[in-house]
Amino acid sequence: MSTTDIGTLRGVAAERQIAPIEAEPVAPSSPADPAWSNMKAPDARSQSSSAVAVTNGRRALKVFLSNPNALFGTGFLALVIIIAFIAPILYPDDPLSMVGRPFLWPGQNPDFPLGTDSLGRDVLAGILHGSRISLFVGLTATALGLTFGVLVGSVAGYFGGWIDDALVRLIEIFQTLPSFVLLVVLVAIAQPSATTVTLAIAVISWPTVARLTRAEFRAIREKDFVMAARSLGYGHMRIIFREILPNALPPIIVTSSVMVATAILMESALSFMGLGDPNVVSWGSMIGTGRELVRTAWYLTALPGLAIVFTVLALNLIGDGLNDALNPRFSQDR
Amino acid sequence: MAPLLQVDNLTIRFPRAEPVRDLSFDIGQGETLAIVGESGSGKSLTALALMQLLPRAAKVASGRIAFGGRDLLKLDAREMRHLRGRDIAMIFQEPMTSLNPVMTIGRQIAEVLKVHERLSGRAASERAVELLKLVRIPAPEKRVDDYPHQLSGGMRQRVMIAIAVACKPKLLIADEPTTALDVTIQAQVLDLLDTLRRELQMAVVLITHDLGVVAQWADKVVVMYAGRKVEQALPGDLFNNPLHPYTRGLLAASPRLKNDFHYRDGALSEIPGSIVSAAGEAGCPFRPRCAQARASCGHHVPQLTVPAPDRLVACPFTSPIKAVPHAAALSL
Repeated sequence: MSTTDIGTLRGVAAERQIAPIEAEPVAPSSPADPAWSNMKAPDARSQSSSAVAVTNGRRALKVFLSNPNALFGTGFLALVIIIAFIAPILYPDDPLSMVGRPFLWPGQNPDFPLGTDSLGRDVLAGILHGSRISLFVGLTATALGLTFGVLVGSVAGYFGGWIDDALVRLIEIFQTLPSFVLLVVLVAIAQPSATTVTLAIAVISWPTVARLTRAEFRAIREKDFVMAARSLGYGHMRIIFREILPNALPPIIVTSSVMVATAILMESALSFMGLGDPNVVSWGSMIGTGRELVRTAWYLTALPGLAIVFTVLALNLIGDGLNDALNPRFSQDR
Repeated sequence: MAPLLQVDNLTIRFPRAEPVRDLSFDIGQGETLAIVGESGSGKSLTALALMQLLPRAAKVASGRIAFGGRDLLKLDAREMRHLRGRDIAMIFQEPMTSLNPVMTIGRQIAEVLKVHERLSGRAASERAVELLKLVRIPAPEKRVDDYPHQLSGGMRQRVMIAIAVACKPKLLIADEPTTALDVTIQAQVLDLLDTLRRELQMAVVLITHDLGVVAQWADKVVVMYAGRKVEQALPGDLFNNPLHPYTRGLLAASPRLKNDFHYRDGALSEIPGSIVSAAGEAGCPFRPRCAQARASCGHHVPQLTVPAPDRLVACPFTSPIKAVPHAAALSL
């Protein structure tokens, strides 16, 4: 409009001043009459005729599924999950009970395909049952740490000011302590059990999520659409959870897959040190009991070790795949 | 009729500056008020002050904003939140970034209806389709499920308008609604705003730096400079007979002043210098750039005077209206 002749503008302005505001007939807006759409919104017309792009979520899924590493990770994790579910069916007995001659090597006796340990316990039964505790601790600790971390991080990042200062101090208290030492202390104070180990891992893993969420919220709260949401009279909770959080999710999802892997490693490390639940077999505790015999019966440490390595690797591959699929910096040019 | 919105002596203060000073204006029901001025003149801050959404550092230092008989500055956060989006709505400059990128436009429209009108999910999504139809988006039944990135800039601004008018607000603040759009779409969007204003009996505060927009769509114009109102007029009077030297400069700087003007015909006239800092300047804020500045201009800020009905001007050296042949002043 700025290129219009000022002389014309005067005419327009004068005309407008004379004409009183009168209710003009509303342009026909029924879908049966498509004539106006060309006239009033040619931009809209050209858009609707062009092919509709795939939505964000579906495009991300496509990127994820075209990544062989991510597919391998997902497949292996699915296998571990299935094993965790069917372990009590395959081996209904307690995997900690002595069932055969000790120190049977893998393949020596067809009843014990992966051999037996120094007390005559079935190694295969141990590994299959061990997947249950590893997954339980990994997933539950991550879910707890994620929930609390996202809550703290979003509140701190969204409100800023003294709330942010207070919460960041709290995060820093946890981050200045060496996390594994804190974990050992927490488990040692409480009685070691699957529940306390899970809670302790959640306690030491939430600050990372909180920091990440806070950083995302600080960036996103300055965006125009958040201002628009405020101008519509939305409350703080609605803006945090409906407007900002879905936009902050991609890096949080990526981190969470790595968190599951870290939690599994921590649980194994605790069990290795004898701080795990003594009544439940876990991969870490199997390595722990086999470590003194590593020169004579190395398979006792190697087999549960391989289980840990592949599960953690699978989770990391999933994390990388998710990062490629969800990270806007990489996904822009795909 | 009492004005719908009356702003009296509004002053907005940052710790080290006062970007809006002593600003007063009013707007009646169903009226369009245009606020014009260059970047930095305090237009957008005024809009944010009306919504009570000023940045943290800024405070309304003094003044009164009466909306429908209530002083907005005295409302608490909760009451103000109920007013926002329902009685006063706002459209922003950037349609590309003002929509939530991960929510379909239908859900974004439905959201505001759920919050303010307490509609159920189903009723809200039906209304969303109607609203898309109202802002002339073709095939609204299909478009509701689109994400913002699937729409063009003009379409997105239409969606923003649909969200803004969803609850039939009494006042719509449009902060440079067409600046980010190309020229053909600009006219359509402004036409749409004007039609909706009539249909819904809304008052519109149109913030712009485009004089063409002012001429075509405004009922009343406020010219701002460095946070102050320097002139107020009906658009016809403003274009035929600009009084303040700044307004004259703005009009002279518009392209195609003459018919068939081409850039080879000569340079456009310009206002020398740039907008002065609103902080700590004695006298008339326009004095350093004004061709008619006199020594007395530095003494005190010129008061608004009423040279004619429906007019206000903040310059003591405007000759009586009849005596100034405006065409000569603009060398037309």
